[in-house]
Amino acid sequence: MAIHEQLKKIILDTLPGVECVIGWGPGQDALHGSPVFMRKPEDVDSFMDTPLGAFGAVNNLALFLPELSGKKVGVVVKGCDSRSIVQLVAEKLIKREEVVIIGFPCEGAADLTKIEKALPEGREAGEVTGAAIVGETLKLSLGSEEISLGLADIKADKCTRCKTPGAVISDAFAGIAGKAPEVRDEYADLAALEAMSLDERFKFWEREMSRCIRCYACRNACPLCVCRDHCVAGSRSPHWITQTDSTRDKLMFQIIHATHLAGRCTGCGECQRACPAGIPVLLLKRTFNRGVAEIFGYDAGMDTEATPPLLTFQVEEAHIKEREWQ
Amino acid sequence: MPELTENTKELRIVGFLCNWCSYGGADTAGVGRFIQPTDLRIIRLPCSGRVNPLFIIKALMSGADGVLVSGCHPRDCHYAEGNFYARRRLEVFKHLLPVLGIDRRRFEYTWVSASEGPRWQKVVTDFTAQIHALGPAKFFADAPELDFLKAGEGVMQP
Repeated sequence: MAIHEQLKKIILDTLPGVECVIGWGPGQDALHGSPVFMRKPEDVDSFMDTPLGAFGAVNNLALFLPELSGKKVGVVVKGCDSRSIVQLVAEKLIKREEVVIIGFPCEGAADLTKIEKALPEGREAGEVTGAAIVGETLKLSLGSEEISLGLADIKADKCTRCKTPGAVISDAFAGIAGKAPEVRDEYADLAALEAMSLDERFKFWEREMSRCIRCYACRNACPLCVCRDHCVAGSRSPHWITQTDSTRDKLMFQIIHATHLAGRCTGCGECQRACPAGIPVLLLKRTFNRGVAEIFGYDAGMDTEATPPLLTFQVEEAHIKEREWQ
Repeated sequence: MPELTENTKELRIVGFLCNWCSYGGADTAGVGRFIQPTDLRIIRLPCSGRVNPLFIIKALMSGADGVLVSGCHPRDCHYAEGNFYARRRLEVFKHLLPVLGIDRRRFEYTWVSASEGPRWQKVVTDFTAQIHALGPAKFFADAPELDFLKAGEGVMQP
């Protein structure tokens, strides 16, 4: 039985005990999907009923859990999404017993930006009339034109460094969880930035952030940004960022977002995926992820019992070497 | 003591000092009439644990050339553990600056107790010399004037 059929069966079994089950369904066109909230058995028909199937299940559905806290809900997760849930539970932002986690062996998710870039000059994702995954290629039809793309080329970057293709925690699992791959995150994206001089990096951010339209999609897509209406970005006192259209203020918001996620970010990449201007905002978060891993050996979203490193301390820090003023 | 930068232009250095130790230490240095560079502007906070890392980047992005955070020595915090949290936060925060294109030497944190006037003098002098060696910081540009406004096109008439 195909994975999505197995998942449908698990969802149908889960439905009676929960408010709803959150999964992925069809979106505005052949490429895009959108979250679906399944409350009745007939809602389950639309689950993964998309040309891309599990490969198009890009959204991190853990996003909705803090707002639904107090209700028992089911949620279908990729491995990376499950790490967001682990982190939310570890920070006591949601209760473990209120979530029914349904996992499946994820084989990677699409990066729609990469697909759009691979389309012929001048064509848009909305013009794709049909899509199908055949073996290791994605076949797209734009009217009479046919294009095929290798799946490996259009996979999200995070999938190439994924060490949790199956859920870290789950109550039900469709199929058989494969062995966790031996992958080490080498932070190649950060290394590429750090190959530039300080001045070039400065210009890099000025250039990238100049495209920002301050829609805050990055914040709204982040499963760990739980302040919602109380975000400091909207605060007048303190007035962290002004309303002017300067790269300085735009970058300041990204720094706020990254700083508030230091030691918490699981690297799910939703911020960058949601960005309509294609700004590499995940880089800033990964800077902190790398730093936290170096200093504390901590990787967010792997253990519900772990205390995030910035919420605790040691009197003698093993890996912090302070400056001597001799 | 390293030579004070007397004939160079003064730079803007922001110091976040805890009320109980470092602010007292700076006061001790002043009462003792220790000569110090004058580039540092001190902001007094209740505790180094009050230092939101965003204070540092906000200062740097708003035109400061350097930021110094100083609190009570570990185990000596007036509030017992504020500086332990601060140490972790500030150490993690240090990683961000080079990625943004800001030299990581523009930010330092340290511990100075209320009785350590000479140490305060040393910290201020060394840090100021360090910032002078780096020179004025780059500044993220203000909002550019929109092209269509410059050209006078597309402006809605009231």
